[in-house]
Amino acid sequence: MQIIESQKIYDVIIVGSGAGGGMATKVLADAGLKVAVMEAGPFFDPANPEQRTQLKWPFESPRRGAGTQRDFGEFDMAYGGWNIEGEPYNNIGDTQFDWFRSRMLGGRTNHWGRISLRFGPQDFKGKDRDGLGENWPIGYEDVKPYYDKVDKLIGVFGSNEKRYNDPDGFFLPAPKPRLHELYYINGAKKSNVDVIPSRLSILTKRINTDRGVCFFCGQCSRSCSVYADFSSGSCLIFPAQKNGGQVDLYVNSMVSEVTIDDNGKANGVKYIKKEDRQQYTIKGKVVVLAASACSSARILLNSKSEKYPNGLGNSSGIIGKYLHDSTGTDRAVFVPELMNRKTYNEDGVGGLHVYSPWWLDNKKLDFPRGYHIEIWGGMGMPGYGTGFDPNGLNKYLGLTVGGYGNGLREDVKKFYGSVIGMSGRGESVARKENYCEIDPTTVDEFGIPVLRFNYKWSDFERKQAKHMHETFEEIGHNMGGIVLGDAPGKDQNYGLLNPGRIIHEVGTTRMGSDPKTSVVNEFERLHDVENVFVVDAGPFVSQADKNPTWTILALAWRTSDYIIEELKKQNL
Amino acid sequence: MDRRESLKSMILGSMAVGLTLESCVTETPPEVIEEKLWKYTYGRTPEEALFDEELMLKKFFEESELQSLTTLANLILPPNDKGTIEQAGVVDFIEFMAKDVPEFQVKIRGGLMWLNGQSNTKFNLTFSNCTEDQQKEILDSIAFPDPEALEQIQEIQFFSLMRNLVLTGYFTSEVGIKELDYKGNMPNVWDGVPQDVLDDHGLSYDPEWLAKCMDPNNRDEVAQWDDEGNLIT
Repeated sequence: MQIIESQKIYDVIIVGSGAGGGMATKVLADAGLKVAVMEAGPFFDPANPEQRTQLKWPFESPRRGAGTQRDFGEFDMAYGGWNIEGEPYNNIGDTQFDWFRSRMLGGRTNHWGRISLRFGPQDFKGKDRDGLGENWPIGYEDVKPYYDKVDKLIGVFGSNEKRYNDPDGFFLPAPKPRLHELYYINGAKKSNVDVIPSRLSILTKRINTDRGVCFFCGQCSRSCSVYADFSSGSCLIFPAQKNGGQVDLYVNSMVSEVTIDDNGKANGVKYIKKEDRQQYTIKGKVVVLAASACSSARILLNSKSEKYPNGLGNSSGIIGKYLHDSTGTDRAVFVPELMNRKTYNEDGVGGLHVYSPWWLDNKKLDFPRGYHIEIWGGMGMPGYGTGFDPNGLNKYLGLTVGGYGNGLREDVKKFYGSVIGMSGRGESVARKENYCEIDPTTVDEFGIPVLRFNYKWSDFERKQAKHMHETFEEIGHNMGGIVLGDAPGKDQNYGLLNPGRIIHEVGTTRMGSDPKTSVVNEFERLHDVENVFVVDAGPFVSQADKNPTWTILALAWRTSDYIIEELKKQNL
Repeated sequence: MDRRESLKSMILGSMAVGLTLESCVTETPPEVIEEKLWKYTYGRTPEEALFDEELMLKKFFEESELQSLTTLANLILPPNDKGTIEQAGVVDFIEFMAKDVPEFQVKIRGGLMWLNGQSNTKFNLTFSNCTEDQQKEILDSIAFPDPEALEQIQEIQFFSLMRNLVLTGYFTSEVGIKELDYKGNMPNVWDGVPQDVLDDHGLSYDPEWLAKCMDPNNRDEVAQWDDEGNLIT
């Protein structure tokens, strides 16, 4: 097959347009650099009426929002899902790793939960705390200035609470709690569980004149047409272009490998254009990978050459290792006092208005790392599934379950908004034995070797999940509710969801000062190749009991500043 | 105002604070709902649109089956002044879902056969031609799952599936959403739980918490902070 070469030489080629790629695009283009952004999916703009799902009603669709086309429902703004036709991945042995990919400009930032938590000082130094895992080579003080800048550029609501490991920031004001969240607050307080306003990157107040403010439809998962939530396209890439930046977007372009010159330095990337299925190369002085932790690892591992037989940047053999996702398990509570509710519009922002950050000391517990609790409920927009098992909750009231006739109308209305959910999201301990690697037996439809996963939870995570359910039961009881279902037992891993399910997979190109035990240095630069950087969550040494996006953004900005400095010094 | 225009105004409207728009849930004659149901306006990828088109060109249920489904759906949720199965487009929705979720096909077709088999045996009539009392006699034997049982027999599973699809079809329709009295999906400004609702539940906002919350009156001013992270606008 002929490879089609582009003559243009970019200052920087950025692979991926999600959080890390978007931030690199913004910072590097603002500095006047010529940037190419490679995206495997199509162009997407939430303001484009042809692509918009925001403010649509379920009856505008023949499947009423069912998740048969998109895993999180057909109005969810992720083109992709747990499985993508023509792009398989495999699991080794009895591993059940689930990998969520979104192929579109902005990637997964178009539909994510917008939970934007800084890592705290302890989160960078896990090993110092309990001897497990590894410390980051940097600390909170290194990242803090960038967290501050991200807060101000992108916008996040929340509150300054003076909590050591949940650092304060530059917050927009929080939305008032909803009714079910007031019930949660009361239940949590009785259980001595802290609750504070949630921290989401949604504009409750204007942050600049380019973006709109939140109009409280509760649909951030559909990506906001007035750019009032953080999505990478609408808040970073488009502003970079609008600012006069030299940004060329290569959409529907599937990068297969990083190319190198005779000296072993990267000089561009090879990609396949989906429209014509031909191979192309483009050239650049610097390559920034931001394809997501596992996809960037895959690209590096597939970039094999005589000089780098194990893949680019993989002299340590560490690429793909230390893959870890947040832990997660959920529970629902039926609150009889919330039956037969007065109705009013309580859509609010897209997600929780309150949450519980980790409130305990692990030294007094039988598992090493913490978790936070997310809360859901309320009188949300009906969708496919509304009215299923319409009166199953009658069994808790001593009433008949099942039947038919107009009584069912009353049952659905009676229980509407009466169930509150709690989701625990915690830190797992990164282990070398959990990894992704190239599967030599399988290629995708573009002929690129795919990944296979090996991942087992340990007792650390299982005990944490058990603790989550004990907490859910106590809080549920203390808010006057009936906790639904039985606590999942040991045979069910205490309800611990499959690894990958929380979509916080990190750690595959981990950061460190020793090239033997890490892939990138503290500026996310490959130890082995001086002009290749990784700015997704691959460099995370440990995932905290936080969500990764705010840290991806802060580190990508820090790395981009470093790239600008090094280019100025002609070091790259 | 056509759809595109109305969307534009909705988005423009949302840029201004406190602007409320007329709800999209209005009284619409069934034939218009029917037309709308098949006229998609939400953002789908070209592949998704093509897939849906293919499904719609296929027909799964035979006329007699659609008749049985209509009869059954009207027994599960009889018409009243709030809305009907026909207004909610429930049978079309079930026809679509049977093609969208192929596992439904044998379950529903087999279940309808079971219904007609019962009515033939007991009353020598198809299910649709039975009297309402006869129909209910059959349904009474399958409409009440044992909540404690680990597994339900096939015909009870069938009825539970039909009840789910009928109710979700109804409550995701225009008339159903109006009956449920869902009041969102439109630009607004969230300013907390209404006072009368707080009173009914014996709850109140903690003043310390409220001090951290959004003031609807100044949210259009661009945010500025002091060096300590205190909001000063």
